[in-house]
Amino acid sequence: MNTTTQAAMDAVEPLSFDEALEAFEPVMGFEVHVELNTATKMFSSAPNAFGDEPNTNVNEVDLGMPGTLPAVNGKAVESAIKLGLALNCSIAEHCRFARKQYFYPDTPKNWQTSQYDEPIAFDGHLDVELDDGEIFRVDIERAHMEEDAGKLTHAGTSGRIQGADYSLVDYNRAGVPLIEIVTKPITGAGKRAPEIARAYVSAIRDIVKGLDISDARMERGNVRCDANVSLMRRGAEVFGTRSETKNVNSMRAVEHAVTYEIRRHAGILSAGGSIVQETRHWKEDTRTTSSGRPKSDADDYRYFPEPDLVPIVTTTEWVEALRAELPEPPAQRRRRLREAWGYSEAEFRDVIAAGLLDEIEETVGQGASPAVARKWWMGEISRLANARGVDPAALGVEPVTIVELNRLIEGGTVNDKIARQVLEHHVDGEGAPADIVRNRGLEVVSDDGALTAAVEKAMAENPDVVEKVKGGKLKAIGALIGPVMKETRGQADAGKVKEIVLQTLGMDS
Amino acid sequence: MSEISRADVEHLATLAHIAMTDAELEKMASELAVIVDSVKRVQEAAGEDVPATSHPLPLTNVFREDIVGHVFTAEESLASAPDAEDSRFKVPAILSEDHDAGPSSVPHEGGER
Repeated sequence: MNTTTQAAMDAVEPLSFDEALEAFEPVMGFEVHVELNTATKMFSSAPNAFGDEPNTNVNEVDLGMPGTLPAVNGKAVESAIKLGLALNCSIAEHCRFARKQYFYPDTPKNWQTSQYDEPIAFDGHLDVELDDGEIFRVDIERAHMEEDAGKLTHAGTSGRIQGADYSLVDYNRAGVPLIEIVTKPITGAGKRAPEIARAYVSAIRDIVKGLDISDARMERGNVRCDANVSLMRRGAEVFGTRSETKNVNSMRAVEHAVTYEIRRHAGILSAGGSIVQETRHWKEDTRTTSSGRPKSDADDYRYFPEPDLVPIVTTTEWVEALRAELPEPPAQRRRRLREAWGYSEAEFRDVIAAGLLDEIEETVGQGASPAVARKWWMGEISRLANARGVDPAALGVEPVTIVELNRLIEGGTVNDKIARQVLEHHVDGEGAPADIVRNRGLEVVSDDGALTAAVEKAMAENPDVVEKVKGGKLKAIGALIGPVMKETRGQADAGKVKEIVLQTLGMDS
Repeated sequence: MSEISRADVEHLATLAHIAMTDAELEKMASELAVIVDSVKRVQEAAGEDVPATSHPLPLTNVFREDIVGHVFTAEESLASAPDAEDSRFKVPAILSEDHDAGPSSVPHEGGER
């Protein structure tokens, strides 16, 4: 590649997004890698675990030692079939693994065991829901099985690859099962391209989470995205040259990377330049990409069928049994629940954003009304969790506890305020709500003697209020409730207080 | 005889990161041609109706249960490493991304993050 030309192209100012879209139509393509949450690796029985001491989750297979034999993880294969089905793919009746040869220290074998011309799943589609509810269909080319690579740390002067003195390798991640999902070229996205990109990756994450085949934590690299972008002049019929931005690993970053690449390509093409087919690095801090390396004969991976592994044959019975295990698709489930619960769009969006859909569904399933379930999870539980720096779902509140608490409120045993205190005591490990109420003596004071005494005291101390009430201003009773609550440590029932005041004044009837 | 050119061998050597002298390249080109010719005979024996095979045994679906087996300690993992640091394998510097066209510069699947 002519580096002078590259430098010149990099110096071209990107167009604004709107200008870019006036002249060009974007075409996108995504390669999403999903790390599976199996207990063991793809081809060895070493643990698939995150965050352990370096090189302690490996055995002789992961280290590519001579004479070792890989063995396929059956659960990983079933996960791949399930994902293929969830993406509306055809499942291959017969498929094989292949060796993808390259020399780089992240793989000790000098090849990555992958699938090449025989992916386990192919020709699918995914209907992606955009922010306004519109559905955009993304066609899926294939989903294939492969293994992850080890993790390199580049030591030395710069910390980046360039200029590093040496690299340190941890092979704990080597051999972790991966499924790579490749889309067909996505056309017709127009100005919604960045939004579609984000929604697509988000939908993939939801699906693998729903299938429970991946932890789906993007910040840990469980779901990783490479974004391909090219532009066609409006009216053109041939795709332009694409760039591939590697490892765009958050939903927001995917949206920004696509936006930036559209603007960058448009700038270069409008200035009469041409796009170099190359990989690009995403830079989170500046929200831009930088040149990686051009496509070249280095991409000659000399694939051949893996002789150490036998083919996989899928029967209709097997595939249909796995299909029967599939959960309801996430987008469909969300639509169903929103309608069933009667939440407003904003309310529902907040629930999704808080990640409390499962909790609320379960709470409703235990007998709480959707409104009550939402009130507790989005209210007090979220507040407590936030104060303690944990996720609401991780606070340890069981749906049945919410139902019990609500029963105590509806039965008049406690009021809302006391119920919130009971919840906090519950989170602190004091047991079931009813026990907490009993042990701490938190029942609403409803025995007339104690309550009447408290009301009489409040009336004696506030004669002016009593006069107003006598004069027919029933709202003034509110001013007596505070003192009564104080006297009863908050355990009085406001309705009951009002009743007693009116009785005492002979105004009940 | 099959034509394996010197340029073919040079390309393969680059991909495999093997430094070869001119003499070695010439020698290897002719030797590889002989090897390819020998293997080619299989094509003569196998007709159109014989599917390509990657395994000598008529086996399919050999799967392992997803149960954790034995695992190395860091010391065992690194026992035969030429060099190590911080419980990790120490390897030579990665060549500069934009000068070397070989796969050594490829941040492969999740390699760099």
